[in-house]
Amino acid sequence: MKARVIVTLKAGVLDPQGKAIEGALKGLAVEGLKSVRQGKIFDIELDGEDRAAARRTLSEACERLLANTIVENYAIEIA
Amino acid sequence: MRAAVILFPGINREGDAARALRQSSGAEPGIVWHADQDLPRGTELIVLPGGFSYGDYLRCGAIAARAPIMRAVRDHAARGGLVLGICNGFQILCEAGLLPGVLMRNAHRRFICKMQHLRVENAQTPFTRRYQRGQVVKFAIAHGEGNFIADEKTIRAIEADGRVAFRYCDAEGRVGDSSNPNGSTNSIAGVFNERFNVLGLMPHPENLIDPLVGGVDGRALFASLAA
Repeated sequence: MKARVIVTLKAGVLDPQGKAIEGALKGLAVEGLKSVRQGKIFDIELDGEDRAAARRTLSEACERLLANTIVENYAIEIA
Repeated sequence: MRAAVILFPGINREGDAARALRQSSGAEPGIVWHADQDLPRGTELIVLPGGFSYGDYLRCGAIAARAPIMRAVRDHAARGGLVLGICNGFQILCEAGLLPGVLMRNAHRRFICKMQHLRVENAQTPFTRRYQRGQVVKFAIAHGEGNFIADEKTIRAIEADGRVAFRYCDAEGRVGDSSNPNGSTNSIAGVFNERFNVLGLMPHPENLIDPLVGGVDGRALFASLAA
């Protein structure tokens, strides 16, 4: 089974990398951008076909390592 | 003072930390590999030095905070044993949940490497008793991710409990945006845990122990620990 975990900074947390990318895009004259925030994507393969179990496993992975929940949110997508 | 310096892959300040400990206590600290399970018998102080553990992969300190030796570090802290985290060591302690908050990318996006004035905020701890409260000291800072943040409630508790160890300031001890190098909340450069037996700070006291290389303002921290 394949899954994707998306980790993003919580609203209001300063994202200097996103700001720098936003500045670079504006420097390239890419029009119509309001703001850019950077996140992370983890593509994960899991054993078995039990989606509920996969979600539990991935939640644990997020809580214990993939996200720092003080400043980050995570979303789990199971293919 | 029996000290142990933890060595994670990518750490590069263990030699400086060991030298400062040797100078203050006269004893050779143990160097403990991250994959070990146990600390040397009788360890009183654990130091997590600076560097770039695991290349700062995922988040600074995130992988090191889950290394096998961290269980022993946690147990040591729970017993009231002393733990000092410097720079990457501070990031590791936050990631491990032994200190509150998190260290984010510097607000202005640049890596900083310079001398920085700090104000001693609490001189009644095992780490800072050889300083005076309000004393202005000069340490080196060298980091890209030193912007300390935590939620409002946590910051209020840290301030109310006197858990700020050092604040960034100017040469006169004034705290403000112009003397805050990385955007840290309330210019916080170092914090204690609730029991004051764990300290994390971004600046490098271990680099200020010899007049030949910039000053000796860091000595008092190691002397406090050795006393």
